[in-house]
Amino acid sequence: MRVAIADYGAGNLRSLSSALARAGVEPHVTTDAVTVHDAPLALIAGVGHVESAAAGLARNGLDDALRARVQAGRPVAGICVGMQLLFEASEEGGEGLGLLEGPVRRVRARRVPHMGWNTLAETRASSVLDGLDGEDVYFAHSFAASPADDGVTIATVDHDGRLVAAVESGPVAGVQFHPERSAAAGARVLENLVRWSRSA
Amino acid sequence: MVKKRVIPCLDVADGRVVKGINFRNLREMGEPVELARRYSELGADELVFLDITATLEGRGPILDVIGRAADELTIPFTAGGGVTGVDDARGLLLAGADKVAVNRAAFDEPGILTTLAAEFGSQAVVVAIDARAGEVVTHAGREPRGRDAVDWAREAVERGAGEILLTSIDADGTRAGYDLDLTGAVADAVDVPVIASGGAGEASHLADAFAAGAEAALVASIVHERPDRLPELKTELREAGWAIR
Repeated sequence: MRVAIADYGAGNLRSLSSALARAGVEPHVTTDAVTVHDAPLALIAGVGHVESAAAGLARNGLDDALRARVQAGRPVAGICVGMQLLFEASEEGGEGLGLLEGPVRRVRARRVPHMGWNTLAETRASSVLDGLDGEDVYFAHSFAASPADDGVTIATVDHDGRLVAAVESGPVAGVQFHPERSAAAGARVLENLVRWSRSA
Repeated sequence: MVKKRVIPCLDVADGRVVKGINFRNLREMGEPVELARRYSELGADELVFLDITATLEGRGPILDVIGRAADELTIPFTAGGGVTGVDDARGLLLAGADKVAVNRAAFDEPGILTTLAAEFGSQAVVVAIDARAGEVVTHAGREPRGRDAVDWAREAVERGAGEILLTSIDADGTRAGYDLDLTGAVADAVDVPVIASGGAGEASHLADAFAAGAEAALVASIVHERPDRLPELKTELREAGWAIR
């Protein structure tokens, strides 16, 4: 199965591509809107600021391609900053794609960035995090999504208070942590994402 | 709650892992990515690759190591050592490093931290600070810079660093424990995670660094000598009540 990774010019997508290949799919890093629109699963990943990421997506029309997919009920998943891009305005500056409602807020804790391995606490059963409740995964972020609808949250994580760790709503899913950097638990998340995309 | 991290550090010269005392008597330890994978299997939470190649012309091999590490590792890693400027740092991140550690180049030109944070996010930008008796030193400990390490740490964070790799030159290689005064003073002064480095000999030393405020502890010689020491350290820390993966 082909997985399109939307390339908006933010950092290196090599480790994610390798991890997807290990999950048995064919990753395709692309700036092409048609490819992003047509692939069985489209991912938004990368690092950096929401503002420059959103501008990068708009430059090649990837934002419209992603919105059109979701309207047609076809799966889009966001990883780390990619998850934040699913939402609306960010305190970091800039606007996300608005595929899910709610802002992105700065993490308020004694130590920011929220950096390191932390434990997923499932808030409801989901395909994306099947078998992952209580597992440790790797986080590295200073901002986090704040969904308007609690129902989209599938897991939280505790860092001087609860942060949303993952969301799933219809054809849209997101994880704030880095599955490609989360050892066996992360590999399972990627396999789950692929399985979810086939049934989403 | 975020777990405390134990981070093996690999010194790399010309694409091979080496071990030596004060950069002399370098002994080859093996292929970096192979060794890294072994540490990953043994439960390393994260890794650091420090390029100790003396010349800029010799930097090719580290980029190859970083690229293969990005492909093969399933835990995060930082690349650093001898970063000369923003292009050098960017090169390591674009090659696939999750974070880049910048030492002297950041001290000499702190704007580098801001530039890198704007492009890659501050979670990808580590400022490496070496200190002796609380003073910043550069050039592998040879040049005292007349600036208080705590003060520089605070500025580096304001400039965009998202993590501090804090090495005590006094404690380095002693196996007598981390410099707890320095670690505590820096951890108190900043709101980003601090990685304690230099002096690890036993699990209680890591525990002391965590108690002083470090979020993570770097280990080198004690695990290179016997890699199975790594899971033992983590077990001992867990048994002592620390939140360890």
